[in-house]
Amino acid sequence: MKDTSHINALENEAVYIFREVAAQFERPVLLFSGGKDSITLVRLAQKAFWPAKIPFPLMHIDTGHNFPETIEFRDRLVEELGLELIVRNVQDSIDQGKVKEESGRYSSRNSLQTTTLLDAIEEFKFDACIGGARRDEEKARAKERIFSVRDDFGQWDERNQRPELFDMLNGQIELGQNVRIFPISNWTELDVWSYIKEENIEIPSIYFAHKRKVFLRDGLIWSHSDYVYQEEDEEVLERMVRFRTVGDMSCTAAVFSEASDIESVVAEIRDSTISERGARIDDKRSEAAMEKRKQQGYF
Amino acid sequence: MEVLKIATAGSVDDGKSTLIGRLLYDTKSLTTDKLEAIEKRSKKNGYDYLDFSLATDGLVAEREQGITIDVAHIYFSTKKKSYIIADTPGHVEYTRNMVTGASTSQAAIILIDARKGVIEQTNRHFFINNLLRVKEVVVAINKMDLVDFSEERYTEIKVDFEKLMAKRDYEDQKITFIPVSALKGDNVVNPSQNMTWYKGETLLEHLEGLDLAAVSNVGTPRFPVQYVIRPKTDEHHDFRGFAGKVYGGELSVGDEVVALPSQTRSRIKAIYFHDKKYQTASRRSSVTITLEDEINISRGDMLVKVGDLPTIDKQFTATISWMDSEHLIPGKKYIVQHGVNKVMAKVASINHKIHPDYSGIDEKAESLGMNDIAEVSFKLNKPIFYDQFKKHRTNGSFILIDTQSNGTVGAGFIN
Repeated sequence: MKDTSHINALENEAVYIFREVAAQFERPVLLFSGGKDSITLVRLAQKAFWPAKIPFPLMHIDTGHNFPETIEFRDRLVEELGLELIVRNVQDSIDQGKVKEESGRYSSRNSLQTTTLLDAIEEFKFDACIGGARRDEEKARAKERIFSVRDDFGQWDERNQRPELFDMLNGQIELGQNVRIFPISNWTELDVWSYIKEENIEIPSIYFAHKRKVFLRDGLIWSHSDYVYQEEDEEVLERMVRFRTVGDMSCTAAVFSEASDIESVVAEIRDSTISERGARIDDKRSEAAMEKRKQQGYF
Repeated sequence: MEVLKIATAGSVDDGKSTLIGRLLYDTKSLTTDKLEAIEKRSKKNGYDYLDFSLATDGLVAEREQGITIDVAHIYFSTKKKSYIIADTPGHVEYTRNMVTGASTSQAAIILIDARKGVIEQTNRHFFINNLLRVKEVVVAINKMDLVDFSEERYTEIKVDFEKLMAKRDYEDQKITFIPVSALKGDNVVNPSQNMTWYKGETLLEHLEGLDLAAVSNVGTPRFPVQYVIRPKTDEHHDFRGFAGKVYGGELSVGDEVVALPSQTRSRIKAIYFHDKKYQTASRRSSVTITLEDEINISRGDMLVKVGDLPTIDKQFTATISWMDSEHLIPGKKYIVQHGVNKVMAKVASINHKIHPDYSGIDEKAESLGMNDIAEVSFKLNKPIFYDQFKKHRTNGSFILIDTQSNGTVGAGFIN
C-alpha cells in the first residue's frame, strides 16, 4: 500500500465509512439509481467487505421515466454480483393517491421520489440509507454530514446537525429515525470519473457520446421522449450527445459531446467550465431547490 | 495527487467566505454557471463588485443574513494538490464548528481584519488551532486595501500576534504571516502589485509548498478493529479478517502484534486491500488483516506492535470542548466513543474551566455550557487503550455522546 495518491486516500476513507455502516446499523440499504455515483459505491462496498459479499441490499426508487439503458445495466450488475435488489415504484405512490403527477412544461417525477423512498424505508425498517451524494455537487450538499440523521418524517434539520470530528462517526439513533450515509462526500466529479477509469468500472452507455433525438429549451438539451413534455414548436433534432449526470429522463439534460470512451470523458470533465448540476433541470427551479427537497426527505 | 484539508477561522465580516471565493475564482475553479449565479445575486443585492462569499454560503438563512452558519466543505485542485477547505463560522457561539473543522484539517488559515487587528476572537481562533494541534497555521491579514496596503500596519499586527504565540502550548506549530486583500485579489493566488514591500509567498504558493508528510502528525501504529470479515463460503471457509484503518505508522506482514484487551500475541499473516495482498499497510489505509493464530477479536479491540502498548486504563483526564446546550455536570453518564470503541463513562470531576482566549482558568466550575473548554476527569465501565493526544492525534481523542438524545455533545483530548 505504498500508493498515497489522491484517489487512494478517498478510496480508503469510503471503505472505512462502509465498514462503519455495517458495524453500527441493523438494516442498511444502498440507494442505487444506476448512475455513475451509485455504481462507484457498489465497487467500493465490494472492496470494503471482500471476500465476503456486500452485507446489505440495493434499492432503486424507480420513477418509471428512466433511461432504458440504465435499467438494463442495473439488472445485469445485480445478477453478476449476486446482490439483492429491491425496487419500489413512484407509479405506485401515484396510484395510491399519495402524490400527484406534475403537469405542464417542466413536469417531472423527480421530487415525487421522496414519498416513495420514505414509504420504502418504513416498509423495510431501514435504519441506514447509503447514497452517492457529494459535497461538491451543490451548495446545500456542501453542508451535509457523512452520517446525516433524519427524523421519522425523513427530514433534514440543517441547523441541528451532529458535529463530525476526526474519523469518528456517531450512528446512534432512536427507533424510527434513520441515517443517510454518504461515503463519497469528499469526492469531486472528476475524482469519480478518474476512479471509474482507473478501476475500469462498467457504466451505462448513455454516459458516452451517442446519437439521440433531442430538443432545445432554456439553453439546455432535453431528450425527446414520451416522458418529457414538449411544445409543438420545439423542433426535434438528432445530435451527438452524452449525459454527465443521470436521473429521471424528465430532469436530466444532455451535453453535446464527441467523447465516446472513458479517456475522452475524463478529459472533457477536466476541461469543462460548466458544473455537473448545471445540466440538472430540477436544480434550476430556484437557488434553494436542493435545500428545500432535502428538508422534505430527499436524499 | 495529495489532499490537503484546511480549516478557516475568522470573525464575522473578516472576509472568510470572500477569501475562499477568491481562491476559487483565481484558480479558475468556479464554473461558468456558478459564476453567473454569483453575478446575478450580487446585482440583486445591489453590489457593484462580485460577492464571492455567495459561492460558499449554501443555506437560505445564510444568504439572507449574509453570514455562515454551518461548516461547509469546498473543493478545488491545482496541478499539485487537491484542496478541501472547511469554511467554519466565526461567531463566538460557534466554537464547536471550529473545533470540528480543525479536527480533520492539517492546516488552518486564521483571518484578521487589518483595520481591527488582533481582537479577542483572534485569541480564540489561535487557541483552538493550538489545542487541536494543527501543524501549519497561516495568519492572513486581510482587507489590506482598506489600510492603504500599509507595511507599518501589517508589522504592528504581526507583533501583536507574536505576543499570543508566546502563550501557546504546542510549540512545534508553524506560523506564517501573509498580507492579503481577498476582495481585490492581492497575495491570494497572484502576487500583489500594491504591496511590493512583501517579499514572501502568496497564500496559494505557500499551501502548494507544504510537505504533507511533515504536516501530518505521526505516532506509532494503532489498528482499531472496525469489523470482522468472515465470508463462510466454500472458497474462503476459514477466512477471518480484521478490517480497520491503520493510524500512526505502518504495519507489515510478519510483525509481532498484541490484541487488546486480551493481550494475546500473534503475528500478521497477511494484509489485504480488496483481493490484493500487500507486504505493508501504510498510515490511514483501510485494510483487512489476518493473523497466524486463531484468537478472539471483535469490534472495538485493537492490534498494536509488541513492546509498544498504549495506556490501558478505566479512567483518564482530558481537555473537553463542550458542544451542547444541555450542560455537562459531574456525576452524569455519557457514552465515550474512542475511535470505533464505545464505553460508558461517568464525569468524576470538572477540574477547571479554561478560558479559550489565554486569559486564564476558573478553578471552580459547577457545570459546562455550550462552547466551554475544561479539564475533566472520567471513570469508565471498562478499560480503553489510549495515548496522550499530544503523542497521538487519533488515539488520544474521543467524542461524548448523550445517552438520551444520541447527539454528539462534546469532544475530548486526553491529557
